[in-house]
Amino acid sequence: MERDRGRIWNRRLFLLYMAGFSLLLLAGITFSGAIQADAALITDFSRKNLAPSLRYPFGTDWMGRDMFVRTLAGLSLSIRIGLLTAGVSSVIAFGLGIAAALGRYADGVIGCIIDVVMGIPHMLLLVLISFAMGKGFWGVVAGISLTHWTSLARLLRAEALQIRESQYVKIAGKLGKGPFYIALRHIMPHLLPQLLVGVVLMFPHAILHEAGITFLGFGLPPEQPAIGVILSESMSYLSMGKWWLALFPGLLLVLVVLMFHVIGNAAGSVLDPGQAQL
Amino acid sequence: MKLEAKHLSFRYDNGNRRILNNVSLSLESGDRLGLMAPSGFGKTTCCKILAGYEKPDNGQVLLDGKPLSSYKGYCPVQMIWQHPELSVNPRLKMREVLREGMQVEQRIVDGLGIEKRWLSRYPGELSGGELQRFCIARALGEGTKILLADEISTMLDLITQSQIWGFLLEEVKKRRMGLLVVSHSEALLDKICNRKIDLSKEEQEWI
Repeated sequence: MERDRGRIWNRRLFLLYMAGFSLLLLAGITFSGAIQADAALITDFSRKNLAPSLRYPFGTDWMGRDMFVRTLAGLSLSIRIGLLTAGVSSVIAFGLGIAAALGRYADGVIGCIIDVVMGIPHMLLLVLISFAMGKGFWGVVAGISLTHWTSLARLLRAEALQIRESQYVKIAGKLGKGPFYIALRHIMPHLLPQLLVGVVLMFPHAILHEAGITFLGFGLPPEQPAIGVILSESMSYLSMGKWWLALFPGLLLVLVVLMFHVIGNAAGSVLDPGQAQL
Repeated sequence: MKLEAKHLSFRYDNGNRRILNNVSLSLESGDRLGLMAPSGFGKTTCCKILAGYEKPDNGQVLLDGKPLSSYKGYCPVQMIWQHPELSVNPRLKMREVLREGMQVEQRIVDGLGIEKRWLSRYPGELSGGELQRFCIARALGEGTKILLADEISTMLDLITQSQIWGFLLEEVKKRRMGLLVVSHSEALLDKICNRKIDLSKEEQEWI
């Protein structure tokens, strides 16, 4: 028994260390990329199409841009977009989840909205919104924010409905408390941990979709060093043997997504009592 | 105030047995009514209907001649539940739980033996008996005219039981509240109540 407890504790500690390490790395990428955003645009035709070397770890592209710096700047932009969109999405999801607890009628309307948005294919809606907003940074942010809240909203709504049926909420009603008081005082504290975990786990989705929509040409403009732009441009050079143009940025994108996943899982096991012993 | 139940019938959706069959009772201010029956005869269900948590299939609950559902805000009929751990939000501190009802007087908090250091704890950090004291205090707000006690002392040791009942009885007499006590213990009902109803016999009469 004692040994078991030690093992669980170590696993949780391990998760926390991993999460801390990931957080540091992500912060490093974000800041260094933001600082080097201008350096990523420098073209130098004396060094074009160089394979990875010590000087240029990720090689250079057909315009002589340093791919390492470009990748960092692109990831930094992606992470910032991810932060913004996950934040906005979770605020929408939280608002709707809480509102669903106000009453049967409100819940019906909200359930309907969630189903409608969920019913439209993700990528299609994203492309439509981004296109309607005139593409670019704000188009991408609006598109991702307005499409990614559904699953989290559903989760929060289910939780809110369950709590609304609990004995202590019914007692609060008999004690003269209205639906707004109950939603804020009784239901909100239960949703906060779920929300935090949801935000972190929404991150990788948002980043991947940002890269995806940019890759398809409905997202960020081509001069911006975004991961999606880098990947879509390098597609035409892949067949010419310039493998490093797509490989390293792609790998780093996967790594960033994985790190967010690690952070989300760690946050889940620490904050959510139901998951703590898994 | 007078709480009247007229010809209540109730059946849960999942079973086909009628749990309450044409039950009528009335309870006035200053009245102390004991309700007893074996397990599964609808004692708790009866309380839930009387307090307005459930709607009866037939019959009605009147408070001073008006339907109970027409009273908005703080309900004059308050019920204390059998399971205190389900009656408090696990994420609210006990101080918030106490504040939830109408103003609860310090006299009541002291009388129930609620200690100051419990106030800053979460429900998970208190025992069942300690939690039940909070639930009783919360139900004793100024606006409470009729109190329904659904086996509130079953999980308490004898000393605590007598302490809590002693206080509750005094309080009910002082404020001339109506009290409905549900219990398995006939001795307890004999001690507290001035009238008793056996729900199982009541039912047989009506069948």
